[in-house]
Amino acid sequence: MSTEKKRNKKKNRTIMRSVILLLLVAAIGYTIYNSVTADEVEVLKVGDPAPDFTLTDLDGETHKLSDYKGQGVFLNFWGTWCEPCIKEMPAMANQYEVYEDQGVQILAVNIAQSNFEVETFARQYGLNFPIVIDRDKSVMTAYNIRPLPTTMLVNPQGEIQRIVTGEMTEQDIAGFMEEIKPE
Amino acid sequence: MDKLICKCGHENPPGTVLCESCGRPLNEQEQNKQLADMRYEGTARRSQTYNKSIIDKIWNFFSSVKVGVGIIVVLLIAAALGTILPQKQYVPATTEADIEAYYTDIYGSVGTVYHALGFHDLYNSFWFIGLVGMLAISLIIASLDRFVPLYKSLKNQRVLRHSSFMRKQRILAEGPGDAETLKKAEEKLTDLKYKVSTDKNGLLAEKGRFSRWGPYVNHIGLIIFLFGVMLRMMPGFYVDETLWIREGETRAIPDAPGYVLESKGFTLETYTGEGEEEKFGEAIDRVGTVAKNYQTDVVLYKIPEDALPGDTDEMEKVEEHAIRVNQPFKFDGYALYQMDFQQDELKTMSFALQNKETGESRGELTIDLVNPETNYELEDGSVVELLGYYPDFSGFENGEPQTATPLPKNPGFLVKMTTPDTPDGETSFITIQNTVEPLGDNDYKLAFQGVETRDASGLTVRKDRTLPILGLGGLIFMIGVAQGMYFNHRRFWIQQQADGSILLAGHTNKNWFGLKKDLDQVTEHASLPAYRDQQEDMEAQEKREGEQLT
Repeated sequence: MSTEKKRNKKKNRTIMRSVILLLLVAAIGYTIYNSVTADEVEVLKVGDPAPDFTLTDLDGETHKLSDYKGQGVFLNFWGTWCEPCIKEMPAMANQYEVYEDQGVQILAVNIAQSNFEVETFARQYGLNFPIVIDRDKSVMTAYNIRPLPTTMLVNPQGEIQRIVTGEMTEQDIAGFMEEIKPE
Repeated sequence: MDKLICKCGHENPPGTVLCESCGRPLNEQEQNKQLADMRYEGTARRSQTYNKSIIDKIWNFFSSVKVGVGIIVVLLIAAALGTILPQKQYVPATTEADIEAYYTDIYGSVGTVYHALGFHDLYNSFWFIGLVGMLAISLIIASLDRFVPLYKSLKNQRVLRHSSFMRKQRILAEGPGDAETLKKAEEKLTDLKYKVSTDKNGLLAEKGRFSRWGPYVNHIGLIIFLFGVMLRMMPGFYVDETLWIREGETRAIPDAPGYVLESKGFTLETYTGEGEEEKFGEAIDRVGTVAKNYQTDVVLYKIPEDALPGDTDEMEKVEEHAIRVNQPFKFDGYALYQMDFQQDELKTMSFALQNKETGESRGELTIDLVNPETNYELEDGSVVELLGYYPDFSGFENGEPQTATPLPKNPGFLVKMTTPDTPDGETSFITIQNTVEPLGDNDYKLAFQGVETRDASGLTVRKDRTLPILGLGGLIFMIGVAQGMYFNHRRFWIQQQADGSILLAGHTNKNWFGLKKDLDQVTEHASLPAYRDQQEDMEAQEKREGEQLT
């Protein structure tokens, strides 16, 4: 009786201690995980639904992200002062010609620049995809964009498939479009 | 390990030094001591008794006060090292790669190591957070390991202690007594607000036991505080962002979804030193100007729940507000602080279209640098067409003008000027104080006339939902400190032995002077034998022995 009691007590103690230690370690682990990921895209992760927005392009046409459900959306944030943005634009235009018919839409979101600058740029590089201007940076804020260029690849289900920061080669772009192409 | 059964019949947990019930020393080492170690009532610190499984070993590691102090020391050293080079938010670089390069470029290999080890962002480096977490574990486990046995021991204590226990107490009195002694002592002790319990031939008087819980209450406060700090890292609990907004701009507020801010204007006022402000005259003479007010006038808009980001037509005006230093604009848990400003950024530039030879003007045009137009029509059919605009011109690349930033710091314009004299048009590239005529000499030029400027306000966006938790933690911490510092746990044990003589022992966790003052009163009232302080006696004896040696 006494030895059995003792054994039980010992078992309980080990369980109790393990539970307390596990809880504390989990709390610390979660904190570290949060702090490590805080620098990156804080709110959005791969697999999250892409926040909906509505912006107007240079022709005055409104583009609402949710209207493109069923298509892949290649959401590129850019500015004319950002060198890698400029470099990848012609490649995007090339691939758009290939993938537009296969159900991939490019939306290039300019960060709060003037109509004149964006129009001049689009004309100069002969850009064939819609360019919208995020005048109050609200879409940039909603997507928590830090460095430019950042490209959000949105799959036909409206979820973020991939987040790309930095310059993409034409090969990269083709590969990404393949990823978000509807079946 | 087996339970320790005391001669009095009480079962003590293994590792106990003094019997929980009667106080008899339970091991030889303790028996040989002149004074009992009363720190945890001679209870078994559980950590030091079971040491079998890996869980027990981890538990015991964190239970050690030495380990806890060690962690604190390491944290202090790390925090000190973190102040040697600037933290990353004070470094003139924004991207991770630039920040890393900055440390290497400026501080050499020391900087590289500093960055690699995470000292540049100390409070967010995983090992620092890990150490703080270990400190939290140590606080919790060390407290549990001490509080539980101490609580049990004080709950189980008997009135009648063994004489060996009493004789090992620091305050001790032995001597004759009479039939009234115990009763009178009880009277006086009750008078002095002691809780007195009696049993057969003895009494236990106790006061302020709750002061023993002070350190544990204090630790609970610390744990709550650390929990609050941990919550800051969760999304939605803590926001500390910077928003630069220029006069006339409308910007979404970072990390405040659904809110948009418009800047109506920035004002910097200085004291004139005249009239009522004469008292500032001396200071103004000494330093030039004295600032009176930094202010940004803003309008707050809210995007309705069902509207989408970018849907600027749907915005609803919430409030107009003037943000001044130390007078933040508070709304919905957020606060906007006036933190910084930048004056006189370019807003518009005016030019006159002039014939280079005659100086004759075809009229003036003003280019809005924030939102330029394409065509500027002047007198008699002259037109200036803007072909390209580079707000922060940084040079040419493959013949193309480049802009370094979107801000009009160093605007460059590629223009085509058409006049009745030059119907084919002339092309010119204009920057501040420099004009390039890429397609040959022109007859006309754009002569600089003037600029308009605007100011930019640097605002801090802050939200802190953890403040009530931090406040609660701080309050409990202070309660624990007060509990442990300003109150003492005092006890007297008095026994009348078979021959009628009195045995008295006293103990307190601190403030022996106060304990003795209480005892003086009791001694007088109940005619108790005179007491002695055994520790003072021992010290005095050591001193005497020391003197004899020299």
